[in-house]
Amino acid sequence: MATTPTREVARRVFAGEFNDATYTFKESDDERAPVYLLLPTGERANRVFLVGTLMETEDVGDDSEYWQGQVIDPNGDRYYMYAGQYQPDAASMLRELEPPAYISVVGKPRTYETDDGEVNVSIRPESITEVDAATRDRWVVETAERTLERIGRYKDGTAEDGDATVDEYVAMAAEEYDLPIEDYRRQVVEALESLEDDEAVAAEPDA
Amino acid sequence: MTDLRTQATEIHEQFEDQLEISVDDVEERLDTLVNEYKVPLSEARRSVTNTYLDEAGMERDELGGGGSGNDRVQVADVDAPEEWVDIKGEVTELWEANSDAVAQVGLFGDETGTIKFTKWSKSDLPELEEGNVYDLRNVVTDEYEGRFSVKLNRTTVIEELDEEIEVGDDDVSVEGALVDIQSGSGLIKRCPEEDCTRVLQNGRCNEHGEVEGEFDLRIKGVLDDGEEVHEILFNQEATENLTGITLEEAQEMAMDALDTSVVADEMRADLLGKYYRVTGPTFRRYVLVDEVERLSEPADAEAVLIKARSI
Repeated sequence: MATTPTREVARRVFAGEFNDATYTFKESDDERAPVYLLLPTGERANRVFLVGTLMETEDVGDDSEYWQGQVIDPNGDRYYMYAGQYQPDAASMLRELEPPAYISVVGKPRTYETDDGEVNVSIRPESITEVDAATRDRWVVETAERTLERIGRYKDGTAEDGDATVDEYVAMAAEEYDLPIEDYRRQVVEALESLEDDEAVAAEPDA
Repeated sequence: MTDLRTQATEIHEQFEDQLEISVDDVEERLDTLVNEYKVPLSEARRSVTNTYLDEAGMERDELGGGGSGNDRVQVADVDAPEEWVDIKGEVTELWEANSDAVAQVGLFGDETGTIKFTKWSKSDLPELEEGNVYDLRNVVTDEYEGRFSVKLNRTTVIEELDEEIEVGDDDVSVEGALVDIQSGSGLIKRCPEEDCTRVLQNGRCNEHGEVEGEFDLRIKGVLDDGEEVHEILFNQEATENLTGITLEEAQEMAMDALDTSVVADEMRADLLGKYYRVTGPTFRRYVLVDEVERLSEPADAEAVLIKARSI
């Protein structure tokens, strides 16, 4: 059983934080070693799981089909995903789905450096499924929880009087990024508040 | 203390009530075998022990155990590695040993649950049988990735007991998003040979070659909660319950499409990316699903919001 590689956890991260994550690294020199995206809150991500509203789909390929999908999270931030011939299932979902639709996506983070040196972050989907609003709401709460846990760990690790055993990835994030962690906490609050607004609307049939 | 001296002291302790021997006597015998006749220490120890057993007119299983001073524990009590314990239970499962060094490996259970056990080939111990109850004295606990096991060794005393034990269930309940349905899911064919249920690859069994397979349904899935992943396995019944697709219907679907993979494709489209809670016993790294519940109710955002505002 030692030969079975441990499957990577799919991280939960809102689009605002995901798109800020421009630093990638490997844990070994092996050519096939997994590439990790470093989240600004101090966690490595080799896979993500997200549920949101598919807003736009477009075939951006030249010779063969290459589908782009844009998925929006409760804060209005967008995830960008690309699926071509090597992701046939995901590509056919993007071809067939009619936006807007709630979808869940399992995929690998990818970074791409543009000509002017800017790093774009996107997702290469492994699977895309159409889901209902309850699944999406559940994901929002779960992602809020996971993000808060990361923020808590980040704050403990970077506090001036903090103890010496700082998490490896928290230290790496503090080193590689200069980003206001407070923004991610605010995104959590706003995402959760949007759910409460929905409930308030649902509770008032006349509204 | 030298290794010889340590071993001699241990052997001496086992016989001091029965025989008038000193630690020096024992060490001298060991020394002759090891240093003069180049016998490996473990063999030397066995030989010397046997000699004293003969002299004392004792059986091997009268050693250890009683005088071992070990704690007698139950399965659920095992919570640290490298402890010498005595434990009583039933061999509930024997698995295929995947190394020549392992004579037997499987699950050992009592009222409080089950635990993996390993018996090494070099320990030269009697065969354990599935369904029998044993008292195992002088086993060592071990831990791997948070899971505990017990290891039998050369000094372990195995006593078969004529009693029955109600083995407690150690079902686990895990929840998360179903992020993958792995290959080998959906409509599969199994080898029809007796006691071989291997899944066929392109009509071939790894063990028996080309065979006329028997259809079965299963799902090998991955539940992920953003912190941990759990591999879960649905058998035919659990798969039918979850998907509403019976084995017969799956065969019809495959027949219409001239392709068995349509079944797994339909299951993926229907199930992936949604949240579930599953309950069942664990087998190796899998949770074997007895019960499954789709988590479709919206989660409670209020508590998380309070926390988010407070940090």
